[in-house]
Amino acid sequence: MKKEGEIRISSGCAISGIFCRDGKRITGEAIKKSIAVMHNRSNGLGGGFAAYGIYPQYKDYFALHIFYDSQNAREETERFLDKRFDIINLSKIPVRQTPKISDAPLIWRYFITPLPHILQDSQLDEDEYTSRSAIRINDSITGAYVVSCGKDMGVFKAVGYPEDVADFYRIEEYEGYSWTAHGRYPTNTPGWWAGSHPFSLLDLTVVHNGEISSYDANRRAVEMYGYSCNLLTDTEVITYILDYLTRKQGLTLKECSQVIAAPFWSTISIKDEEERNRLSYMRKMFSSFLITGPFSILVGFRGGMMALNDRLKLRSLVAAEKGNTVYFSSEEAAIRVVEENPDRIWAPRGGEAVIVTLDEEAER
Amino acid sequence: MRRYRIRKDESCINCLRCTRECSFGAITAGDDKTPVFHHEKCTDCQRCVSFCSTGALWITEDENRFRQNTVFKEDDIKEILLQSETGGVLLSSMGASGRNVPIYFDKMLLNASQVTNPSIDPLREPMETAVFIGQRPEKIQRGSDGKIEDNLPPHLELRTPIMFSAMSYGAISLNVHKALAAAAEKLGTYWNTGEGGLHESLYPFKKNTIVQVASGRFGVHETYLNTAAAIEIKIGQGAKPGIGGHLTGRKIIGDVSKTRMVPEGLDAISPAPHHDIYSIEDLAQLVMSIKEATHYQKPVIVKVAAVHNIAPIASGIARSGADIISIDGYRGGTGAAPKRIRDNVGIPIELAIASVDQRLREERIRDRVSIIASGGIRNSSDAVKAIALGADAVSIGTAALCALGCHICASCHTGRCAWGLATQDPELTKRLDPEKGAERLINLVNAWTREIKEIMGGMGINSIEALRGNRMALRGVDLNEKELEILGIRYAGE
Repeated sequence: MKKEGEIRISSGCAISGIFCRDGKRITGEAIKKSIAVMHNRSNGLGGGFAAYGIYPQYKDYFALHIFYDSQNAREETERFLDKRFDIINLSKIPVRQTPKISDAPLIWRYFITPLPHILQDSQLDEDEYTSRSAIRINDSITGAYVVSCGKDMGVFKAVGYPEDVADFYRIEEYEGYSWTAHGRYPTNTPGWWAGSHPFSLLDLTVVHNGEISSYDANRRAVEMYGYSCNLLTDTEVITYILDYLTRKQGLTLKECSQVIAAPFWSTISIKDEEERNRLSYMRKMFSSFLITGPFSILVGFRGGMMALNDRLKLRSLVAAEKGNTVYFSSEEAAIRVVEENPDRIWAPRGGEAVIVTLDEEAER
Repeated sequence: MRRYRIRKDESCINCLRCTRECSFGAITAGDDKTPVFHHEKCTDCQRCVSFCSTGALWITEDENRFRQNTVFKEDDIKEILLQSETGGVLLSSMGASGRNVPIYFDKMLLNASQVTNPSIDPLREPMETAVFIGQRPEKIQRGSDGKIEDNLPPHLELRTPIMFSAMSYGAISLNVHKALAAAAEKLGTYWNTGEGGLHESLYPFKKNTIVQVASGRFGVHETYLNTAAAIEIKIGQGAKPGIGGHLTGRKIIGDVSKTRMVPEGLDAISPAPHHDIYSIEDLAQLVMSIKEATHYQKPVIVKVAAVHNIAPIASGIARSGADIISIDGYRGGTGAAPKRIRDNVGIPIELAIASVDQRLREERIRDRVSIIASGGIRNSSDAVKAIALGADAVSIGTAALCALGCHICASCHTGRCAWGLATQDPELTKRLDPEKGAERLINLVNAWTREIKEIMGGMGINSIEALRGNRMALRGVDLNEKELEILGIRYAGE
C-alpha cells in the first residue's frame, strides 16, 4: 500500500486552539482536554500539537524536532547539521511509554543557530537559511524528517488519537502561551508519523480540517517558488503558501487570508473604490493561491494565531473569548469543556480571518 | 471527383429552393423545373438539406469505392489523380484530419467530489468564471503609507474563459466579424480581427477587440493598434505552422481591399516568417515597438503554432516582454492551407499546453505570463480539460463558425461558402444576419459557461483559477506512460 507522499489521501479532522493574549504560559492539559472531546472526529491515525513559548531558555535558537527511522539517518542528519549550524543542545524528546502509541521513530530535539561565516557566505537571512536546511533534510536524507524548526516553539505529533499522543509526549510538562491541536481521520492510509499534523515551517504551524479542491493548482504554483510538497497533503501546501506570502511577498496574515479565501467578485464589487481596487489586485496578483473546497485552519505563528474558514464555510469553526484567553475549535463542546462560560462565543464567517496576537505584539 | 451523392425522396415538391441555396453549382434547375444533381460538385455543406422545405433531401457518401488496399486508401489515390492532373499543391481548410493522431481530450476524464468534500451547486452558490490574463509583477509594492500599490501591467478581463479565435476579414465576411464583435461585447470576452485589419464600422467594439499584427501587416496602422484591448503578434497558426497566408485576389474587393490596405484584385500574401523577426530577440523588439506605439496601455499577445519545440519557444516568448502566449494546436482551423501541412505539421494542443505549462513552472515564470489554448476545442469539457492542464483561457474559431451555420465541409478556400461565412460574394454574405448570428454565439458561450460551472461545482471548485493547472482533476484512459508523463496526469484508477 502506498503511504502518504506517494499518494494523495484525503482526511477529515478535528482542530482546536488556545491562545493567551497576555502571554500567560499554560500547560498542555487544557488543549488535550479540548481535543479529546472530539475523539469521534479522529480515527486514531494521527494526532498532534503545536506549542509556542515552551523553550524560553533557548528562545534565540532554532528548535528542531526530528523523526528518524534509523540511527544511520540520525548520524547523517547530525553530520549535515554540524557543518551548517552550531548545535547548542541536543537530546531525545522525553516520551511516556503507552500501549496506545506504537512504532515510534527515534525522536530528537536540537537547539541550533547557523554558523555565522557560512550564513554570511550563503547571502541568506537566518530564517531562509534554516528553512532551506530543513527542506533539504526532508528531501534528501532517507529516514529523517524535520517535524518543526522554529524558535521557542515545537510540534509534537504521532500516529494515534490526539489525547494518547499528548500522554506519549508528556505535553502536560510543557508550558506555552499558544497551543493548537489536531485529530486526524484520513480515509485510507497505513498511518505515518510524519504525515500527522500540525505541519510546520520555521515558526509557522498549520492544523487543518478539510479537503481542498484546488490542491494541485496550489501545489504546482507554490512549488515554483522553491518549495517541494513531499507529503501531498493540504496542510503542507497551505503552510508553504502562507510562508511564501508572508516571508517572501511581505503580506500580513490578514492579507494572506484575502488571497487564500478571497472574497467573491460579487462581494468585491460592492466595496468602496479603494477597497475594491485593493481586493481585486490581490485576487489577480495571487490567483494561483486561491484555495477552494472546505477548510478550517488554525495558523500558529510567533506571538499569534489565526483562524480561517474557506469562503463558503464548508467546515465548522467556532471561536470564543474569556478574559485574555481565546479559544478556537471545530466544535463548541471542545471549548465548553475547558471554559464553561466564555464571555463571547461565535462562529466566524467564511473567509473572515480571526487573528489574535500577544498584547505587546504588533499585527504581523 | 465524386465524394458525395445528393438524394431526394418522393416528398420533393420541386420548389427549387435547393438550387438557389447551393453555391457550389451541385444542384441546378433542369428544363423541366425539377432539381438536377451534379454530385461531383457537392461539398456536403448541408445547406440544401437544412433549407429543403419538405425534408426531401439528404446527402450520402458515394457508394462507389475504390479497390481496397491496406496501403493506398481511396483518398490517397484520389489525391494522386488530382495532382497528376493539375500539378498543384493540394489545398484544404478547417482543422487537421490526421487519421491516427489521437484527440487527447477524449482520453482524459474529470473528477468529482464524493463524501470527503462537498460538491457545490452552481444554482445556489456563487461560481466564478472570470479570468484575468496578462503579466504579473514578481513582487508586490507598498507605498510610504504601507498600502499595497497597484503595479499590475495592463491586462484583459474575461467574464468567461472562452474567447473567439482570430479569423480575418477577407477570409470571412464582414457580417461574421459583426456577429463576433457584438457577441464578445455582450459576453464580456474578446474577439480577434485576424490579420486582415479592422473594418471602421467595428471601431465601437474597441473594448472587446484584439487586433492582430501578422507577417503581411495588412491593415496595420496606429489607429488600428489603438482601437483594441490588446494586440496580438501572429507568428503562426496550428493549421499551417511555418507557412504564410494567401488570400486570393478574388476576395480582395471593396471594403476588404480598403481595410487590408491592399489594391483590389491583388492577391494578399502573408510571408511565412515576419521579415523583421528572424530570431527571439527580434520578437522582443517588435513587442516593445508595439508597446511604444500603444503607450504601454495594452497587453501584447504572441500567437504561435504548437510545434515540437513549443516549450522552450514559449519560455522565450515569456521573456520577450509579451504578456500573453496564445498557442494554437495541430487541429486548429484555417480558411485555406496546403493539405499536407495541415495534416502533418505540429502537435496536439493538449500535449503542447501540458509541456509549456510545466516548463514555465520549472523556470519559475508561469505566473508572469498567461496562456491561451486553441486548436480543436469542441465543447465545454474540452475547455475545462485545457484549463486543468494549465491554460488560463481557451479560444474557439471553428466552434464559433459552427454556431453561425458552418457544417465543416472544409471548402472555405473556394470562397463559395454556402452559409455566407467564408466568402465575400454579397449574394452569399447576406445569408448571415449579424444580429441573429451574435445571438447564437452568445447562446453557445453562455451554454458552455453554464456547463463549466456544473463541472467545476461537481469537483467542489468554485472559482476558475483553482482549476488552472489542477491536473489532479484529470485522469487518463487508453494512454501510455509517456503520454501520461507529458500530460502530467495519472491513469484512471490510480
